[in-house]
This record gives sequence, C-alpha cells and structure tokens, in this order.
Amino acid sequence: MNDLLEIKDLTIHYVTDGGTVRAVENLNLRLGHGETLGFVGETGAGKTTTALGIMRLIPSPPGVVKSGRIIFDGEDLLTKSEAEMRAIRGGKIAMIFQDPMTSLNPVMTVDKQIAEMIRLHRDVDKAESLKLAGDMLELVGIKRERMHDYPHQFSGGMKQRVVIAIALACDPGLLIADEPTTALDVTIQAQVLELMKKLKQQFGASMILITHDLGIVADICDKVAIMYAGRVVEYADKRALYANPTHPYTIGLFNSVPDLDEDRESLNVIPGLMPDPMDLPAGCAFHPRCAYATSVCSESKPEMMEAAPGHFVACPIRGRERK
Amino acid sequence: MTGYIRVENLKKFFPTKRGLLHAVDDVSFAVQKGETLGLVGESGCGKSTLGRCLIRLLDATSGNVILHDEETGEDIDITKASKSVIKHLRKKVQIVFQDPYSCLNPRLSVWELIAEPLIVNGVFPDKNAMKRRVRELMNTVGLAERLENSYPHELDGGRRQRIGIARSLALNPEFIVLDEPVSALDVCIQAQILNLLNDLQREFHYTYVFISHNLSVVRHVSDRIAVMYLGKIVELSDYKDLFVKPSHPYTQALLSAIPTAKLDVKKERVILEGDVPSPIDPPSGCRFMGRCRHRAEICGKETPELREVSPGHFVSCHLSSP
Repeated sequence: MNDLLEIKDLTIHYVTDGGTVRAVENLNLRLGHGETLGFVGETGAGKTTTALGIMRLIPSPPGVVKSGRIIFDGEDLLTKSEAEMRAIRGGKIAMIFQDPMTSLNPVMTVDKQIAEMIRLHRDVDKAESLKLAGDMLELVGIKRERMHDYPHQFSGGMKQRVVIAIALACDPGLLIADEPTTALDVTIQAQVLELMKKLKQQFGASMILITHDLGIVADICDKVAIMYAGRVVEYADKRALYANPTHPYTIGLFNSVPDLDEDRESLNVIPGLMPDPMDLPAGCAFHPRCAYATSVCSESKPEMMEAAPGHFVACPIRGRERK
Repeated sequence: MTGYIRVENLKKFFPTKRGLLHAVDDVSFAVQKGETLGLVGESGCGKSTLGRCLIRLLDATSGNVILHDEETGEDIDITKASKSVIKHLRKKVQIVFQDPYSCLNPRLSVWELIAEPLIVNGVFPDKNAMKRRVRELMNTVGLAERLENSYPHELDGGRRQRIGIARSLALNPEFIVLDEPVSALDVCIQAQILNLLNDLQREFHYTYVFISHNLSVVRHVSDRIAVMYLGKIVELSDYKDLFVKPSHPYTQALLSAIPTAKLDVKKERVILEGDVPSPIDPPSGCRFMGRCRHRAEICGKETPELREVSPGHFVSCHLSSP
C-alpha cells in the first residue's frame, strides 16, 4: 500500500548573517493512511520547521529547502506552484497551530472564519457555507447559537475547538497539529484530545501530532518519531518505542519525565544542553551528551538502521545491541 | 494549627469593573520547616496570587500569614508587618518566578543580576567578599564562572532560571516560593532544575512552596500537596495519599486528565464538562458544583469547609465521607 506522505532526505536551512541554522537535516519519514504520527522533540529540534516545510510555509528568506522530496498522495509538493499549493493548503492538508489565541482573526466572527475556508476550497454559495460552518461548530461541541461570536468571547479551549473546526472543514487527508494543547490547562487539554481522537476517526484523516509531551503521544498516536537537532533519531510503532526505547536520547527523554506512580529521589538527566544548530557537533549530534558514545560517534553521521522489524534507530551502538 | 508558616483565612480580592474578583478566598494551611508544599491548580485558580500574598508582593484583603522566627521565637504577621520589618524579612523569604525570559533585567550582566540583592541589602561592604559570594552562588546553582559577564539574552532558558534561583538564594533565605519555576523549560532542562532544587533543599534545609500546574512535577518535589480551584483549597494531603486516594471530584478529574508516558495503564478518564467559571462574584455554595458529576442539593446552598477525612488528609466536599 502506498503511504499518504513520504518525506525523503529533506534538508531545510535558515541562512542568516550570523551563520546557517541547520534546522532539518536529511529527514526521512513515512505516514500511512489513517495513521497518527507523534513527532516528539525539544524546542529547536526542527519539528515545526518540518511541518511548515510540508505546508511550504517556510519563511523565505531566511529559510531555504536545500534538498529532498515531500511526496503527498503520489505527488512531490516541492515541485508544486504557489497556486497549486494554495489549493492543497486547507483543502488536502490542514494545520492546527499551537496558540489558538493568535491563529484566529480577532475582528471576524467565527462562523465567517470557517465559511471563508469552505468557500476557498468548495463550490458553495455564501449562505450554504455559513450553514456548513454552523454544522462544523456543532461537530466540535460548540452550540450553533454562538456562531456569530468573536474569538475573544470564547475561552482558550473553545478557541482551539474553532481552530479544529476550520482545519477539518474541507475534509483534509492530512492534519498537522503543532502542539495543539500546549497552551491549554490539563482538564481542557483532555477535552480537546478526546475531541481530536473522535474526529480523526470520523473523518478518516491521517495526522501528524507535534508535541513535546510523551504522555499525549501514548494517548493518541500510532507511530512515533523522535527528533533531535534536525534529525529523526528513532522511529517506531508506539508500542515498540515505549516498550524498548533504544536511542540514548529517547531513553534520556523518558527518564526526564517525573513519574506519577513511583518515587524517585532525583531524575536521571541528560547532561549538557541541546547543541547550537549553527554549530552542530561532527558525527552524531548527540554524542557529546551520550553515555554510550565511542570514537565512531564523533567521526561519522549515524545512518538509520532497523534494530527490530519496523523499529528504526539512528545509533550504530544501541542499534546493534538490540539485534 | 502550628507550623513555620501559618496561613489563616487569607483572602485576596481584586476590584474589577464587573465586580469583585475572588482570587484567593478564605484559604488556611500551614507549612512546616524544611518541607515542600506543592500548590496545584489550573490557570486562574489563584495559586500565583496566593504565592505572592505569602511573601507580601501583594497585600492581602484580609487574613494572616504568620512566620515563626526561630531565632527570636517571635511570630511575625507578614500581611501586617511594617515596611522596615518587611525589608528585614526579604532576607528570609524569597521567590523564583515562572518566566526566566521576563524576570531578569536585560541590561544587567549575570554578575550584576546575582549581586543585586546583595548590594540592595548592603550585606557585603567589602567588595571582594561580595565577589566571592557571587562566585559561590554561581557555583551552587551550576553556572560556569565564564558566564559572569554574559547578558540574559545570550543564555538559554535553563541557565536563566539558574540565575533567578541564584538571586533568590543570595541572602540565605529560609523560605522560598517557587512560582512555576520549570514551566517554561523543556523536559530535559526541567529535570536538571528539579534536581538542583532538590539538592539545594537537602543541603540548606529550605522550606518551599512549589506552585505548578503540572501534577507529575509537583508529585516529584512535594511532601504535601494542596489542590486549588477558583480561589479555594479543595484538597490538601500527603503527596502519596493524594494520588492514591484523591477524594475531591475535581482532584479526581485533574489526576485522570494527565496523559502519562506509559502504555497499558488502564485508568478511567473523567472528562470535565465546560470551563472554569468566572471568579468574579462567584455564587455561594461549592465552586466546583457546575462541573461536578456528583452534585447534590446541599452543594448549591452551603460552601463546603475543608475537613479532615483521614489523618492529615483534608477535603472540602460535602459528599466525601469522613
């Protein structure tokens, strides 16, 4: 079966006066139909840049897509014209941004914002689009009476529901959600995640969920890609990854999260800091912080290897141990 | 009630155009010397306001915050103390703020930032002694000495938070309010800072009030935990009890809403309906009633008191059994 999305050797740089930021380096990724992929990493790992790359929304300058292919539904998005991309954005691929407070237009009622999306991609008249907008609001759990309200009249969780309604209005094949619940409180986050799970099934869409929270991934994803310094360092089925985290960075990430059921005197932290993306270490970008590092690690960039069927790791040492 | 810090019927109301905002509404608890009390709740529940009232960054509307000075054996009421007493207290009582990006003066270097509290309080007339103290503090919080001439914008969030911690430690305090100290940080850096706070407490026997919305973080650092909802403490207990036997329906929902990084953990998820209601002129009765699964008639009539349901475990719910 063909994948819905396949990213091959994607490299995105930001070229600035101070130097080149290697935001994404030789990234490879696949996403099947109906799958949810969790995209995990810390600030600056390149998660959002990858998402913007798929949407062809990298600000340029300074952003440059150096190389690679992004194959969506059999076609390379990087060769599309701007006009073609406009039909794809929102129509076939929709994105939910982190902060619902800033992604809505504050001077436009929410029904009009949803209708705008529908009218851009579907051949319907104004009255019909507004009716559909009301339907979408009901679908995300907002009463139809509130369709003429402005964003500031809604709470944070409700605003994110409106954003979800806009994203799903044209029944996209792929939904990219960039930290959709990070700005929300935990009980509201639970409501929104529950809603996203339900709607994803109802619409049969694939989803890329960008998050730094391994708990959210455990909750709603099928596959997980762990990103570090512009590269995917581990990619596997959720079960395989949680049962057997293999890359040293992934292990460190799991150890950094305080446990809810268990007492630990102190957390096992990864020593040091994320490297400067303008000045990445030679070889494996993680090696200066890695407990398993040997001389090989500073010499050559690790290739992705299959440590177990379907479980890919960019670490020659841990990858071989598992075999 | 005994303790190093005793909070008695503390209230903080803010007048607004639409009415009185009940940010902290009749809160009482005690903090023992050397312990960490976690304060959790969602945005707008009043936890930061409470934290600020504790050290008199805000004047309370009514109620008392009493600090027991062990040296003199005196009780000092922080909410009513005079300016000169407060200035003296600042050496004992400190705060670390949430956002390491906005709480540091961008025009001061690391050295100046850490020396500032020492200069303001005139504790080191001798410049060399002060220099040594600043170096020592940088060492304590894990900042390399070469950074002393750097400015905050050159540093990452974790290091900036270390500066904030060093500033609060500068005067050898006894009591530190930590207001979301790790919320703006990535998990790996968060873990480093949590370990640091833990080590410091073990070494210097600080008393912490740790404010956070993140329950797993609070569980990791706290001895006891207070859960706040709309200006009130709804549950207060030993950290283990709270997670094993959450008694207030809000605590139950809050705990079940945390996504855990584990598979195959079967838990019933209680999804709360609606949002937190407005804290402006809240209705009488239980504040949580509108979202509660178990609400009964009495909940709308009487405001529940914080009662002890088992030793050391306090709940403010009419329906929780003793």
